[in-house]
Amino acid sequence: MSIQTQALENRTPGTLATRERASVRRVYTPRADVYETPEEIVVVAELPGISEESLDITLEQRELTIRGTRSTAALEGYRLIYSEYGEGNYERRFVLADSIDRAGIAASLKNGVLQLRLPKVKEALARKIPVKAE
Amino acid sequence: MFARPFFSSASPYTLQSPFGSLQQLRQDFDCLLEGVWQTAEDYPTVNLWNNSEGALAVVELPGYAPGDIEVSVVQNVLTLRGERQAPAFREGEVYYRRERWQGKFTRSLALPFEVEGAKVEARFKNGVLSIALPCVEAQRPQKIAIHTN
Repeated sequence: MSIQTQALENRTPGTLATRERASVRRVYTPRADVYETPEEIVVVAELPGISEESLDITLEQRELTIRGTRSTAALEGYRLIYSEYGEGNYERRFVLADSIDRAGIAASLKNGVLQLRLPKVKEALARKIPVKAE
Repeated sequence: MFARPFFSSASPYTLQSPFGSLQQLRQDFDCLLEGVWQTAEDYPTVNLWNNSEGALAVVELPGYAPGDIEVSVVQNVLTLRGERQAPAFREGEVYYRRERWQGKFTRSLALPFEVEGAKVEARFKNGVLSIALPCVEAQRPQKIAIHTN
């Protein structure tokens, strides 16, 4: 019993488990900043190694999905000797509120960073109501 | 005191399962928190490749421009420095998530060989920096001919 327990505890995710998973194409959640301005919602996601062609953004119903496929990493003639990040695909989903103007969604990619601008529908924009003094 | 383990009536499978599921939970949790505990010491992340001529350091630096990054090599130590300013807050902006690294970083990596400083080449593409670090001639592996009589 004690031996078994120890064997299990030794399987720390950092060593065995993650490497096992890395052998199949692993999917990573890209880091993102999300902020809202009075006019729009902006998603800034880090997708290092992704080019426009390998990036796929889909909007299905209310779900916005970002998918990035990273080209196979094995460098010809080289051997990986030390690794801090795994190379795999990226995926992240966001559920949009009804107040987003779907037709106006714009995406741009620069230096491995995706910027998604999700404009709010005009009616949802907060309007300032002037108060008249009498 | 107990002649048998407390769970003696349970099968070996159920005996193990509490630990198994706990382990699974821990792994899932680690996946969930992947990168959350990352400290300044291991930013940015680096993968190191080698061949007989030297090494190739591949660094993930999304959102940096080549001008924001400084690469230097002294003997066998590669040093990376960079700075990226967080965009300034504007009136009426609300942040829901801030997961990206902002500010300055400095990172040094010791390589197992001396680098031919003049031949170091760095390339930046799609937020990934690749630095070719050739080994000095004297430290490269030598091919030894085998003679027969």
